[in-house]
Amino acid sequence: MLAIKFLIPEIFLSISIFSLLMIGVFIKNSFEIIYRLSLFVIILIILIILSGDSESIKIFSESFTIDRFSLYSKILILISTFFVLLMSKKYIVDIKNNKFEYPIIILLSILGMFIMVSSNDLILFYMGLELQSLALYILASIDRDNIKSSEAGVKYFVLSALSSGLLLYGCSLIYGFTGSTNFEEIANSKDFNVGTIFGMVFILVGLAFKVSAVPFHMWTPDVYQGSPTSVTSFFSVVPKAAGIAIFIKFMYLPFRDVLNQWQYILVFMSIASMILGAVAAIGQTNIKRLMAYSSIGHIGYAIAGIAAGTENGFKSTLIYISIYIVMNIGAFACILLMKRDGKYVEEIEELSGVSKNHPMMSFGLLIILFSLAGIPPLAGFFAKFYIFMAVIESEMYTLAIIGLVTTVLSAFYYIRIIKIMYFDEPKKPFEKFVDYKIHGPIVLSCVLLVSFFIYPSILNEIVSNISIF
Amino acid sequence: MIEIGLGHYLTLGAVIFSLGTLGIFLNRKNVIVILMSVELILLAVNINLVSFSIYLQDISGQIFTMLILTVAAAEAAIGLAIIVAYYRNKGSIRVEEIDEMKG
Repeated sequence: MLAIKFLIPEIFLSISIFSLLMIGVFIKNSFEIIYRLSLFVIILIILIILSGDSESIKIFSESFTIDRFSLYSKILILISTFFVLLMSKKYIVDIKNNKFEYPIIILLSILGMFIMVSSNDLILFYMGLELQSLALYILASIDRDNIKSSEAGVKYFVLSALSSGLLLYGCSLIYGFTGSTNFEEIANSKDFNVGTIFGMVFILVGLAFKVSAVPFHMWTPDVYQGSPTSVTSFFSVVPKAAGIAIFIKFMYLPFRDVLNQWQYILVFMSIASMILGAVAAIGQTNIKRLMAYSSIGHIGYAIAGIAAGTENGFKSTLIYISIYIVMNIGAFACILLMKRDGKYVEEIEELSGVSKNHPMMSFGLLIILFSLAGIPPLAGFFAKFYIFMAVIESEMYTLAIIGLVTTVLSAFYYIRIIKIMYFDEPKKPFEKFVDYKIHGPIVLSCVLLVSFFIYPSILNEIVSNISIF
Repeated sequence: MIEIGLGHYLTLGAVIFSLGTLGIFLNRKNVIVILMSVELILLAVNINLVSFSIYLQDISGQIFTMLILTVAAAEAAIGLAIIVAYYRNKGSIRVEEIDEMKG
């Protein structure tokens, strides 16, 4: 009976989604009010989660866990959603996409992510994952009169539905060969036979699809380029955080005893993602496509931390993904400023010489790009540093060396953008406007990235209290 | 007379699953066929789950199946909606013509 009080964030979120839908249907032109209310709802849920206690508890016949790990992931998801929604307001109004469904679908997808990161059971995990994916399909094709957006929707739908199918087949095998859908019981069933290993591989494939790790990354560049920039910024941040969280949970909870089976798969995925992220981004001309390859590379580093298979490994991954979120929110806020003659531009060429006309924006983008490239003393360097420390601790030197080499390679294309911004011929200036909803996240992101090295132990201490066992 | 056991059901599931997967990759004509292939994959999973559930004398497999059926319906609805939106922009749903973005 009392178990329900631990579900208050989820229940509150679903009730607010229903009420917002009702408000949206009955009030004309309700985008503005729905938008504000959804931001308010997100802040309220952050407060609810922060004011609750953070003891570990399993409810509903051990199918739902509330512990520091899931709470941390939820806070991460909420904060990043808040900033993404905040900065995408002007963009969605400008492309005349200000339908009231937009914030509501985003809320629905984070409800799915909440269920997913808290799940301790294959059934609940699948339901959360599908709720998230169904909302994301719609988001990708939300600009329905634009051929690129609807094509992104078709591509994302087909590939994501396939990956859900693969994942589900894995779930059925795991259920059949271990006799349970509960993560704890799967972990405790000692005889891991071929069937279970098969199931695990299928689940790994599905998860890799969701976080866009090579060799299951094909959808990422097209979907990033095709969907509206506001949706791309959401895609590059929030589902990644949730996906990495559930990835960690799967590897460290149900499959913790078969480390030797999944470690090599993860090492391969990680190396392949890092290399592809570094090499394929070099030739890109569209900045959203470039960010797609950059995110594939970053996911490679995050998976390297998981592949280490130690407690430090997954903690460094959590730190990495948190810093990655800060960097990507800043980067996409800068992309949302690229508007000329009433149209948003996406080519990297358009950034040529912006430092003359927009010194502050280009300085902000400079810091963010240096941080993405991992140049000390910015936060991006520390994120990679913790990952490599964890990897070296587990004596996986090849992975660490390849990671270092690809860091240097990927610095090339980040620095190329900086060169274009600072040393090429200036073009016509972008539209000048001051919108605290876009400039605020850029400033905040830059301040966080620059000041992280002064006191890195804030984040470290929060993360070091997390355990999922 | 052959006794139909768990192995047969699993083989049937695996065959349908492979048909679905191959259908997605080999199909060059129509996006609707891809939707059908996705449904095939989900049905294969359902066959698996139900037969495991009978074999293990455990009800949760059948509950899982019910939920998957529901999700499959929702997924088909959203997929068709996206395909309609795409068709209105492009005027065709041939798979090989979905190439607005490359690189």
